[in-house]
Amino acid sequence: MSTDPVQVDRISGQTTTGHEWDGIRELNTPLPRWWLWLFYLTIAFSFAYWIVYPAWPLASSYTAGLFGYTNRGRVAEELAAGQAARMQAAAGLETATLAQIAADPKLTEIALAEGKAAFGDNCTPCHGSGGQGQRGYPNLTAGRWLWGGTLDQIHGTITHGIRADDPDTRASAMPSFGKDGILKPEEVREVANYVRTLGGLEPEQGVDVAAGKKIFADNCSACHGEDGKGNIDMGAPNLTTKVWQYGSDISDLIYTITYARNSVMPAWGKRLDPVTIKSLAVYVHSLGGGT
Amino acid sequence: MQTVAQPKSLWGGELGLIAVLGLLGLLCLFIAARTIEPAYAFHMGLGVIAAALSIFAIFQRYNARPSEHPPLEIDGLPNYNFGPVKFLTLMALFWGLAGMAVGVYIAFELAFPDINLAPWFNFGRLRPLHTSAVIFAFGGNVLLATSFYVVQRTCRARLAGDLAPWFVALGYNFFILIAGTGYLLGITESKEYAEPEWYADLWLTVVWVVYLLVFLGTLYRRKEPHIFVANWFYLAFILTIAMLHLGNNAAVPVSMFSSKSYIVWSGVQDAMFQWWYGHNAVGFFLTAGFLAIMYYFVPKRAERPIYSYRLSIIHFWSLIFLYIWAGPHHLHYTALPDWAQTLGMTFSVMLWMPSWGGMINGLLTLSGAWDKLRTDPVLRMLVVSVAFYGMSTFEGPAMSIKAVNSLSHYTDWTVGHVHSGALGWVAFVSFGAIYCLVPWLWNKRDLYSLRLVSWHFWIATLGIVLYITSMWVSGILQGLMWRSYTPQGYLEYSFIETVAAMHPFYVIRALGGTLFLLAYCLMLYNVYMTITASERAAPVTQPSLQPAE
Repeated sequence: MSTDPVQVDRISGQTTTGHEWDGIRELNTPLPRWWLWLFYLTIAFSFAYWIVYPAWPLASSYTAGLFGYTNRGRVAEELAAGQAARMQAAAGLETATLAQIAADPKLTEIALAEGKAAFGDNCTPCHGSGGQGQRGYPNLTAGRWLWGGTLDQIHGTITHGIRADDPDTRASAMPSFGKDGILKPEEVREVANYVRTLGGLEPEQGVDVAAGKKIFADNCSACHGEDGKGNIDMGAPNLTTKVWQYGSDISDLIYTITYARNSVMPAWGKRLDPVTIKSLAVYVHSLGGGT
Repeated sequence: MQTVAQPKSLWGGELGLIAVLGLLGLLCLFIAARTIEPAYAFHMGLGVIAAALSIFAIFQRYNARPSEHPPLEIDGLPNYNFGPVKFLTLMALFWGLAGMAVGVYIAFELAFPDINLAPWFNFGRLRPLHTSAVIFAFGGNVLLATSFYVVQRTCRARLAGDLAPWFVALGYNFFILIAGTGYLLGITESKEYAEPEWYADLWLTVVWVVYLLVFLGTLYRRKEPHIFVANWFYLAFILTIAMLHLGNNAAVPVSMFSSKSYIVWSGVQDAMFQWWYGHNAVGFFLTAGFLAIMYYFVPKRAERPIYSYRLSIIHFWSLIFLYIWAGPHHLHYTALPDWAQTLGMTFSVMLWMPSWGGMINGLLTLSGAWDKLRTDPVLRMLVVSVAFYGMSTFEGPAMSIKAVNSLSHYTDWTVGHVHSGALGWVAFVSFGAIYCLVPWLWNKRDLYSLRLVSWHFWIATLGIVLYITSMWVSGILQGLMWRSYTPQGYLEYSFIETVAAMHPFYVIRALGGTLFLLAYCLMLYNVYMTITASERAAPVTQPSLQPAE
């Protein structure tokens, strides 16, 4: 039976086990000591860990460990500690009015810190991490405000939202001039070209801008003003500023006038606590607010 | 061996398979006609076509084959069955290309989100296509191919079954086809690494059971008194994957005519099952299976005995005993009970040395043959794969420690860790094995070009280094940014700022992946030239068939 007896490997000096498979033999080398000891060490570590921490399931409970550690307990402690630290720092914000915060550099600093964090968590997906906005979402750093840029106005907008589910929300509705047949397509094109000239942009060749001006006066000036400078009470944008929320290409403007945009923002008063909203107002105001 | 010529007739296995495939084909046709889901109907249509082609192939083979079964031995030498092995090797090479190309594409999607082309080529659909294609399609075909090869050679026995090995090879690849097209069409169970829906799972179960039977049947036929270590690992892999697959995919279909099913586990139990499965897919598919490859191909290529038989026993049993507990480390700091998290972590820590046992046995088998690394790039690939294995299996237990995990979890560090294992260990050991197998299977003297292997090795290694270093830096940066507080106690960074910070690392990662893919193409060319070369190997003088002990 034993045609391949145990041999001694020339290089390592170890004996082989005497088996061979397709030319492969095995040495009888003992377990490396360092390997074995490290293995024992990890086992010892595990036993120690099991004593200290929750480890083994029992019939209807588990071994709780020496110090009663729980994940949830730990996270609750950490959240509470963080909250306490923030509350302490922000203690003054609770009672102070927006004007008082603005007048007190220390309160302002705390409000800005909290506002920046809250802005990062809640506002950046639409308004961008620096408040720079993106197509369809206003740039908050441009110094131009649809619903007003004072601290109080910003605070009101954040609290109640825009066209949101809130009785005091900022609401107005531009008609869908083209879709609802108020204006004919060529009239839409004419007024769109006129609006471009309000913003200092070139109109298309061969379009009757004067007709557009008349259409504007008849249909748009009630909200956007005779001069196109807008009206913050209606959230009607100032069309002369070169800041265009939905783009200034002729096709963009035709789309806007045909279908209207009427974008929305949630009422954050329902989601965030009053101190956070105050801080957000201070932070957003710092980006490009006015008086 | 002279036998009296028998009249030719269909064997029982052929008849049985024709009957089963015929019934399945009709069932698929019935479902395809009744379902209202176009994607499901498409899959059932594929089933009809596959059944028809298979029955046709059985008749074709019947016309070409002699009336007797192929002999188990010819002139005292085993009559090995390498047809399915060749097929599986080629399929591995094909799926490897597909899976890695998709991987590179989604790496670019992360760096440049505009190239997400909805709905088919969104990251959400391509990502499981990538993971399944590289793990189950590439890795799975490599495992099937090498296991069918190694079990025959180390048992000195022809593969058990007549059509069964082909059924496994073709059936497995049909499963891959259904899974992959399903992801693109939006069919998913939404369980990571177990995305295929119930009907694909059922089919895989059938294929897998036949695989187990073929493997066991071949072991049973063995002419060696002992079972070779690689076969222990293959068997552990096959058995455990069967158990994991059944446990994690226990789902109830909405109806026979719907591709949708709902998992029977709920809440945290489902999460626990998922990661018990997920982690042991790593443990038994990507570790045990590929260690089996290592245990055959490294000593074979180095022409040295395996370093330690005793170590192989101890690390085998400790590895399979400890691995199965480690899944909860994927669920640290979640709704999973504290005690389960503790067990997951400590068993992962204890797993460190059992994992390293494989590395030691791989690396020290080279003692006395280190000089071959200079001249043999295939061996170099195999050995570096073992080194990457050692690195990943140190990193894994380290990341399972809760304090480390609180930083690393959900970050790109995990992605880097996975790829140091996937590219460095699994892919490299597979490449090494394929470079060995191809000349052996196609009976060539050697590979077309060892220089190309060397280029493959260096370009791919550079790709891995770019990949894992960028992901380490990115992951740690990400983790630190997430937990960074201002002195007033507020979070320092918004989430989107952490995303923006990842961009340069995503670009580097995509470049690393591109290098790895390009190097892989060198391998495809090399293999193609080897197979089509006219030069034959010198006839191998095999020792006659006798028990070794």
